[in-house]
Amino acid sequence: MSKFRKKGGKELPPISTASLPDIVFMLLFFFMVSTTMREVTVNVSQKLPNATELSKLEKKSLVSYIYVGEPKKQFQATFGKAPRIQLNDQWANVGDIQDYIIAEREARDEADQKFMITSLKIDENTKMGIVSDIKQELRKSAALHINYSSRKKVER
Amino acid sequence: MARKVPEIAATSLADIAFMLLIFFLVTTTMDVDSGLERRLPQWQEEKIEDDTQIKERNVFVVLVNRNNDLLVENEYARIEDLRERAKLFMANPYNEENLPEKEIKEVPFFGSVEVTKGVISLRNDLDTKYGTYIAVQNELVAAINELREELAKAKFKKSYSNLQKDEQKAIRTIYPSRISEAEPKGKNYE
Repeated sequence: MSKFRKKGGKELPPISTASLPDIVFMLLFFFMVSTTMREVTVNVSQKLPNATELSKLEKKSLVSYIYVGEPKKQFQATFGKAPRIQLNDQWANVGDIQDYIIAEREARDEADQKFMITSLKIDENTKMGIVSDIKQELRKSAALHINYSSRKKVER
Repeated sequence: MARKVPEIAATSLADIAFMLLIFFLVTTTMDVDSGLERRLPQWQEEKIEDDTQIKERNVFVVLVNRNNDLLVENEYARIEDLRERAKLFMANPYNEENLPEKEIKEVPFFGSVEVTKGVISLRNDLDTKYGTYIAVQNELVAAINELREELAKAKFKKSYSNLQKDEQKAIRTIYPSRISEAEPKGKNYE
């Protein structure tokens, strides 16, 4: 009987982990290509509205962002719950928008300035009053090309 | 005889790669920036009352009130019906009396065609929800896009987005995107 049963048995060879770095590198490259760097920390909570007629923002370098929404939990003690405007990393008022647009424009090449787009990232529960004020300010500073940032809606 | 080079340990390579991977996962975002593209009108110092110059039949009035209800051409409407209404208004296929007038225009590729004089006027309240406003805007833009798409299919047998620049321009002349936004009610701009 013992003819078939070797003493000690065959030891399982260790699993080779030599290909693990390759797999991880593959994941890494995937994420590097498909994502974009986060430039500003958004301090307002946002749920963007849904829309179907979307167009993509092609040139990221020509886009300036305006965020509007309820301040996030950690800021609510200081700023309350009313929707506020955020430009870059700072809280702002409606009056600051013109200066912001001018600063953004100065930062770009002169040839690119007329292609600049302002992307409005606004929470869907915001009242239109503040949005209209922003639009008036944008008109005053001649930043007429805007993009209402929204998510893709699945058509029923 | 050459000495045998010991194998380089590659086990820690995985850890390094993982570290990089996690760094990129944390610092980047996945979301694609897309949205509804619009153009704002030029800023004018003194307000020009041009409402009187446009005939009533040429204006498609959409009002959104503070409770996010829609009033389209003086009757209640639902957002779902808005697209069809706007399409009917802009196209006016049977030249009806109460829908906008048309003028004859020379358009490349098409010859002389009747182009609508219709204008969509959108007015919202200060307390309207932004989400509703975008939904309404989206329907209006969708209506015009659908009309353009249908015309492109009928004329060039191609999708509007696949057309040449000048062909797209011709279609845009026939179905212009004329959505005017009045300043919201309940505030005086001095």
